[in-house]
Amino acid sequence: MPDFSLPAAVPISWYLILSAVLFTLGIAGFLLRRSIITVFMSIELMLNAVNLTFVTFSYKLKAVDGHIFTFFVMVVAAAEAAVGLAIILTVFRNRSTLEIDEVNSLKL
Amino acid sequence: MHQLWLIPAFPLLGFLINGIFGKKFSKRAVSLFAVGSVLLSFLWVVKTLMAISPLETLYTEHYFTWIASGAALNIGFDLSVDRLTSVMLLVVTGIGSLIHIYATGYMAHEPGPNHGGYYRFFSYLNLFMFFMLILVLAANYLLLFVGWEGVGLCSYLLIGFYFVKKSATNAGIKAFVVNRIGDFGFSLAIFLIFIQFGSLDFQKVFAQAGGLADEVQAGVITATCLLLMVGAAGKSAQVPLYVWLPDAMEGPTPVSALIHAATMVTAGVYMVARSAPLFNHAPIAMEVVAVIGLLTAVMAATIGMTQNDIKKVYAYSTVSQLGYMFLACGVGAYSAGIYHVMTHAFFKALLFLGAGSVIHALQGEQDLRNMGGLRSKIPVTFLTLLCASLAIAGFPYTSGFMSKDEILVAAHHHSPAMFWIGVITASMTAFYVWRALFLCFFGRYRGSAHPHESPLVITLPLGVLALLSILGGFFRVPVWLEPVLGKAPEGHDPALVIISVAAGLIGIFLAWLFYVAKPGLPDTFARALKGLYTLVYNKYFVDEAYDAVIIRPVVDGSRTVLWKGFDVGVVDGIVNGVGSVSRGVGGILRTLQGGSIRNYAALTLLGAVLVLAAVAFTGGAQ
Repeated sequence: MPDFSLPAAVPISWYLILSAVLFTLGIAGFLLRRSIITVFMSIELMLNAVNLTFVTFSYKLKAVDGHIFTFFVMVVAAAEAAVGLAIILTVFRNRSTLEIDEVNSLKL
Repeated sequence: MHQLWLIPAFPLLGFLINGIFGKKFSKRAVSLFAVGSVLLSFLWVVKTLMAISPLETLYTEHYFTWIASGAALNIGFDLSVDRLTSVMLLVVTGIGSLIHIYATGYMAHEPGPNHGGYYRFFSYLNLFMFFMLILVLAANYLLLFVGWEGVGLCSYLLIGFYFVKKSATNAGIKAFVVNRIGDFGFSLAIFLIFIQFGSLDFQKVFAQAGGLADEVQAGVITATCLLLMVGAAGKSAQVPLYVWLPDAMEGPTPVSALIHAATMVTAGVYMVARSAPLFNHAPIAMEVVAVIGLLTAVMAATIGMTQNDIKKVYAYSTVSQLGYMFLACGVGAYSAGIYHVMTHAFFKALLFLGAGSVIHALQGEQDLRNMGGLRSKIPVTFLTLLCASLAIAGFPYTSGFMSKDEILVAAHHHSPAMFWIGVITASMTAFYVWRALFLCFFGRYRGSAHPHESPLVITLPLGVLALLSILGGFFRVPVWLEPVLGKAPEGHDPALVIISVAAGLIGIFLAWLFYVAKPGLPDTFARALKGLYTLVYNKYFVDEAYDAVIIRPVVDGSRTVLWKGFDVGVVDGIVNGVGSVSRGVGGILRTLQGGSIRNYAALTLLGAVLVLAAVAFTGGAQ
């Protein structure tokens, strides 16, 4: 009879697995979705997956560095969201589309 | 300190003043600065030489260190005088002053803007004096080389003074290029001296010259001396590098007199005499010097006999007389060589200045065939040229007789064959100089100009030089130079003197017979010996031979191999090749940048995975 009883605390590995799953979902969305907005959200997802890893290790190692880094990432993500949304708005205004494959004029 | 630096500084100042401001000056002011600076230099030479006498050893003044590199290389800006230098200094500044005075008259009527470049002419001439004095005063080989190159530059500038004439600029280039060959030899000699002796100072080098092992003497010293001789042959127009000097007559006549007769071309003789302590240890090199000198003397004398341009006759005469000086050095009679440098400066400067006076009188005519009968029209010029012709023909007790006699006696001491060849050459010398004199002043006038005697500024230097040509031999240079250059081989055999005088008189007599008594005779001879005459008249086709053997291959090789082959093929090929390779690689790489964001993302991911895989594979960041 296998032991299905829950451990006293959530193990570290569970956090990491969750983080990996979130990150993979972000990559998949980034690569596969066509709407720029979705792609953008996928990026946020990846950032937050990384944040989760940081926090996990910070808790495990009893060091504050990871927390600080998370805040930095959040600040950057907020700034990125502002800039990114501005770009998306401009692209939409100029091209009337948010299909990522349509926006490919930056080439030789 | 005797302020030796002032000697070259005066002409340099004259050069700077005339060179920078001369365009705005009147002719009188230009002449004042040009002549004044050289005269001051001459006076300063006289004053310092009297103050420093007796000059038996090298008196050196150190001013500053010019080049210092490590402990090995230390070259100072040092000037020095001894008895050898004193002779050269007096000749250069003395004759230089006279020729500067003469030139103010000769160049007075040049057509063109700025009085035909009057100020330019005198600033070049002063610059030449500066470099020549540096050459003579230098206390080490490198400083001597500075003067050596400087006089070459001025020679080039003055040969091409009439730069609108293509032939003049060509002659200047020829002089410069031929001198490069000699200078290359000279610079190699300087390197060898430095390697062998660790110094370039005359005193240090000569002090060590005696104490070397035999095999070093046989090898290095001989090689050094031969290379020095290459340099001397270039500057002093010896076989095989003499070809530039006759062409150098394109320059104004005072230039021919000062640079290409009296001073610069004797720099080679001075350099060999200065290096006497080295040459004395290289008997093979000395033999080569003597043979080259003798060969040059004979060859140039034969060519001189057939030339029709009065300046060309004197130019070949200069080459021939320089040959005599090298013969003297080669047989060990350096002092006789320097003696001849001095007397030759007197009479050859006079010959050229006299020729200039004739040319001036005939409004530019230089061809002897269009002269004649000028004796009564320009008597002063005639009398002075007569003095010079007597001197160069070796008439007893003239300056030329004294010095040539020293050389021939020394040659006889070395090898009687050399003496006899020298005597025959002396006879030819007398012949061609008197031929020019007879063609110019005797018979009837064959030209169309209206000859007039030259002004006093021209005739006065002629008079002084005539006096020196006749009496200058009584400055007993060999005796004066004994402490520096050693005793010349003694033994005045009266028979030798009589033979050489007789040779000169025979030459004069033949010239008289050919060109005064029986004017038809030269043509008869020329017809009888047609082949020989054509050969000599065309200067042995040496220029043509050089053209075919050296110049054509170099030009053609440069064009086909260096230009069309190497430059276009290799250099341009590499440059264009780099361009087209970049373009090709870029064409392949541009496909990566397709503008599709998803491709970029996929590649970024791929890269990240690869990096992680690599890190994991090599053991991780432990």
